[in-house]
Amino acid sequence: MTHALSLLLQAANPQLPPTDGMFILFGLIKAGAAFGIYMLCVAYTTLAERRVAAWIQDRLGPNRVGWEGFLQPIADGVKNFMKEESMPGGVNKALFILAPAIAFVPAMITWAVIPFASPLPVPGVGLIDMVVADLPVGFLFTLAISSLGVYGVTIAGWSSNNKYALLGGLRASAQMISYEIAMGMSTVCVLLLAGNVNLSAVISQQQTQGWNVLLLTLAFFIFAVAALAETNRVPFDLPEAESELIAGYHAEYSSMRYSMFPLAEYANIITSSSLMIALFFGGWDIPFTTWDNLPPWTITKTLLTMGMYVGKVMFFVFAFIWLRWTVPRFRYDQLMSLGWKVLLPMALLYITAVASMVLGLDFAGLARDGMAFRGAMLGMNLVFVVLVFWVLDRGRIISPAFSRLQREEVAQLRAVADRSDLLNGKGA
Amino acid sequence: MQPNQFHSLAYSFGFYFFGLIALASAVAFVTRKNTVAAAMWLVNVMFALAALYVMLDAQFIATMQVLVYTGAIMVVFLFVIMLLNLGHPSELADARGKWGYVLALFVGLALLAEVMALNRSSTIDKMIPPDLAAKAAAAAATPVAGGIIGPVAAPLFKEYLLAFELTSVLLLAAIVGSVVLGKRRTDAR
Repeated sequence: MTHALSLLLQAANPQLPPTDGMFILFGLIKAGAAFGIYMLCVAYTTLAERRVAAWIQDRLGPNRVGWEGFLQPIADGVKNFMKEESMPGGVNKALFILAPAIAFVPAMITWAVIPFASPLPVPGVGLIDMVVADLPVGFLFTLAISSLGVYGVTIAGWSSNNKYALLGGLRASAQMISYEIAMGMSTVCVLLLAGNVNLSAVISQQQTQGWNVLLLTLAFFIFAVAALAETNRVPFDLPEAESELIAGYHAEYSSMRYSMFPLAEYANIITSSSLMIALFFGGWDIPFTTWDNLPPWTITKTLLTMGMYVGKVMFFVFAFIWLRWTVPRFRYDQLMSLGWKVLLPMALLYITAVASMVLGLDFAGLARDGMAFRGAMLGMNLVFVVLVFWVLDRGRIISPAFSRLQREEVAQLRAVADRSDLLNGKGA
Repeated sequence: MQPNQFHSLAYSFGFYFFGLIALASAVAFVTRKNTVAAAMWLVNVMFALAALYVMLDAQFIATMQVLVYTGAIMVVFLFVIMLLNLGHPSELADARGKWGYVLALFVGLALLAEVMALNRSSTIDKMIPPDLAAKAAAAAATPVAGGIIGPVAAPLFKEYLLAFELTSVLLLAAIVGSVVLGKRRTDAR
């Protein structure tokens, strides 16, 4: 048994006896199945986006191809493959061709470490973990790889030899760096409670302690906002803002090369949703029951928990789409001030508070999964939620789309407008 | 994880494979005239190094390598390179003229000699503290809470806390200093 292979084998499935054949077989099956299902989900998320958008805007949306438009993603795929691939003059060819792939690959790999069901018992083999690779660095791996997604966008913007594309790429890189920090900081609180970065460990902690969203609502809020910014979705879609930058970084792309960018975006949505679920919503845990968390593992349990996971993912994907058709886009300075002046200090303060609380409770000798510990955390969380969302957020702290300065500016503009109205003769 | 794991054929193949990628990318990084392409080659070097760290069982270091160097520092580099919009590549060369190349050659040879000297097993044996192997074996035998992060975090926040805090203060000072310098330049303009 070679060293690297045994490492991979352990990552793929700790319960499996370390033999080459088994590892390769199950690795291939798991990776293949996960890849296929994931790509299918990504394709259908595009359909979901269009149908939900239509529903929110009181239209019908694509409903002609197949039953309720269910063959639309396939038709779109065929269309994109048949179209001409344009290559504008003066581009950096190698990087121009490589950029869509650089954007797409990290979005795909990230999902590999997220557990999606309880272990599956297979007769004669033992338990199969329902995760493509249960890495010991689990969740850090996700952060590391998802931070690479920015390269695709930035390189696409730069290599296109187009100033709008370059502006889009620059915006993307600045935005992603800013929000990555807040995202990483918000997860520190989860790690304080779980005491491990392995996502299976985080999920099992939530099964005994209760979902982290109840204990760490503020961390979830910061994480969700940062995830929205990381996926370049509205209200953080400044890199592609069509009203200012035409289409931003992918303005010069056509056919399948263009198509890779939306696919990467939807893949990122599914991955961020899965990550939010794993970190804050108990992963594949079915709420209010404990029978699904305990051995003996059965196929029924695997299917039910997988259903639960899929349901949660669908809810979050829907929420992403819902937000897109509800919230207007931020201005660039608002985006930056939200990231650096609101989310980051808030996350840092919250880490300090949670760390002191956990330390205090541990010092008092309370068990982590006892009622007193959970009650204390819940109480502190309530205080913070009330403080941030009711007391501090009076349209100034959290929503940066409004400020006192702006109000004065608007008043000044109104005064100027009124004067010009008088000069021109009002009502002319 | 047998003791002879580091000597198996597949392991050597992987090690040299990633080592070659790292070296080739590093050479490409130095020789590219296009700054963005050079930055991308450097990203590739970081990845190959991360793979080598994984092969040395340092998975946390590997992840940090990707997260910090590839995910943050290189993105900022790229950002700056794009903003500068550097014109003629020939103006960028540090080693200009005959004497620059001679100096580069000299430094390169000195580094090579250092590596060769260090690579002799007798030197390495002298450099490693005698009780380190025993310590490492003991540490590996006792499981630490917190998965793969525990063994890294525990010494960092207990044994070396002062050094850790001093380093963070140093970094903070560097950040403040760079902001001050950057501000001054804008004011003067």
